[in-house]
Amino acid sequence: MFSLFRNFGRFSLSVTQETGRATLFLMEALGLAFVPPYRPRRLLREVYSIGCKSLLIIFLTAAFTGMVLALQGYYTLKRYGSESALGSAVALSLIRELGPVLTALMVSGRAGSAITAEIGIMRITEQLDALDTMAVNPLQYVVTPKLLAGLISVPLLTAIFNVVGILGGFAVGVLLLGVSAGAYFSGMVQSVVSLDINGGIVKSLVFGLTIMLVACYNGYFTGRGAEGVSSATTRTVVVSAVLVLAWDYVLTSFFM
Amino acid sequence: MIKIIDVARSFNGLPVLQGVNLEAPAGKITVVIGKSGAGKSVLLKHVAGLLKPDRGRILIHGADITRARGRELQAIKKGFGVLFQGGALFDSLTVLENVAFPLREKTRLTEEEIFQRARQRLAQVNLPPETQDKYPDEISGGMKKRVALARALVQEPEILLFDEPVTGLDPPMMNTVFHLIAKTRQESGYTGLVVSHDIPAVFQIADYVAMLHQGRIIAFGTPQEVEQHPNPVVQNFLRGEIDFLET
Repeated sequence: MFSLFRNFGRFSLSVTQETGRATLFLMEALGLAFVPPYRPRRLLREVYSIGCKSLLIIFLTAAFTGMVLALQGYYTLKRYGSESALGSAVALSLIRELGPVLTALMVSGRAGSAITAEIGIMRITEQLDALDTMAVNPLQYVVTPKLLAGLISVPLLTAIFNVVGILGGFAVGVLLLGVSAGAYFSGMVQSVVSLDINGGIVKSLVFGLTIMLVACYNGYFTGRGAEGVSSATTRTVVVSAVLVLAWDYVLTSFFM
Repeated sequence: MIKIIDVARSFNGLPVLQGVNLEAPAGKITVVIGKSGAGKSVLLKHVAGLLKPDRGRILIHGADITRARGRELQAIKKGFGVLFQGGALFDSLTVLENVAFPLREKTRLTEEEIFQRARQRLAQVNLPPETQDKYPDEISGGMKKRVALARALVQEPEILLFDEPVTGLDPPMMNTVFHLIAKTRQESGYTGLVVSHDIPAVFQIADYVAMLHQGRIIAFGTPQEVEQHPNPVVQNFLRGEIDFLET
């Protein structure tokens, strides 16, 4: 019994310590965004790597999510004779919840793990130390552009996810199941308010920063050797997915 | 000149450096020898400012790198070049871009001047021009060391630190790298601190030799003086005798 409490205490202390360390890491890396030299090319490269290269997976996920939502929604709404509300149901589900969350999960799986592996390998092959000895701050050179790219890319990908998802819902609801196209879009226009859109944007900003922080932090402080990088990569995917869902609950309760 | 004063450092309660005192004279190459795991690389990382000691000071031309922060630390590091054990070349950049990197980041030279200087440095370490556009994973271990040497030299540093510069190389390549270190030192006049356990090959470039044992410097002098050192630990190490405590 005593050891149970001791282990719980040890775990709590370790989580608190890691959280504090990660927060300081984030603040330092973001602070360095305002210190010269500025590296817009590196930022653009990261936006390309995190954002553009995730487009295909976002398109696919969004299209199928919208299609499933429309399919499920249609048969549920039909029971109450409210098929015309399909457009608003699909749009609200996507804009408020599924768009930001699924985009974040996809980005963390595709780009987050790759970032941890990239920075982790730089760490174990002393490339980060090499930067440091050349008087180039490794945090500013490697981490800051990735954090900023996450802040830029994830909201944009979320917006794309929402549009593609709505079109996927349109394909199934209107073209396949025969809901009126006018009803699909007019229901959407009437029910989606700016609070829904703003809430989605805030969520995607928070998720983007969270994913990049977890990915960069785990890579930067990776363990030794290939095994260290491997476990850091796994930790990134697991921790960022859990944090995204936890943040989602907190932010949803805030915006309700 | 590098002056290491009473530097101590432990990792997880295990003492690695226990009061190291060493002076590496300006314009000379000082080689730190010692068994694997003696703390040579840890000492070098302290000199490079990558690690902070628990106790002691490291003076680089009079400035204490262990206490320097911000711009002062950056200024000290600008005078450094470091050749890492594995080369630490950036794998996403070509050989030429790797050598050009410090100039791109730290100078306002034009692209043309940067690449011209980088090519000069690559020629100085006898690297064939056709390798310039290759990536680090496409060249041999010996070539990687030479590219790393060219990168370390490109900013014309006053101090060059070498972490096991020939480990893993075959004897001819080992001698080539040592020859290049001696040649570039003669041409550039930098102060060198080399960490190595490649005995006696490393003596060919050493002006001074220091032996690190159990976290302390137990012998220091010219290569001839260290070879004649009366301490049996030094003699056993130089002769490569079996360490029965480790077998």
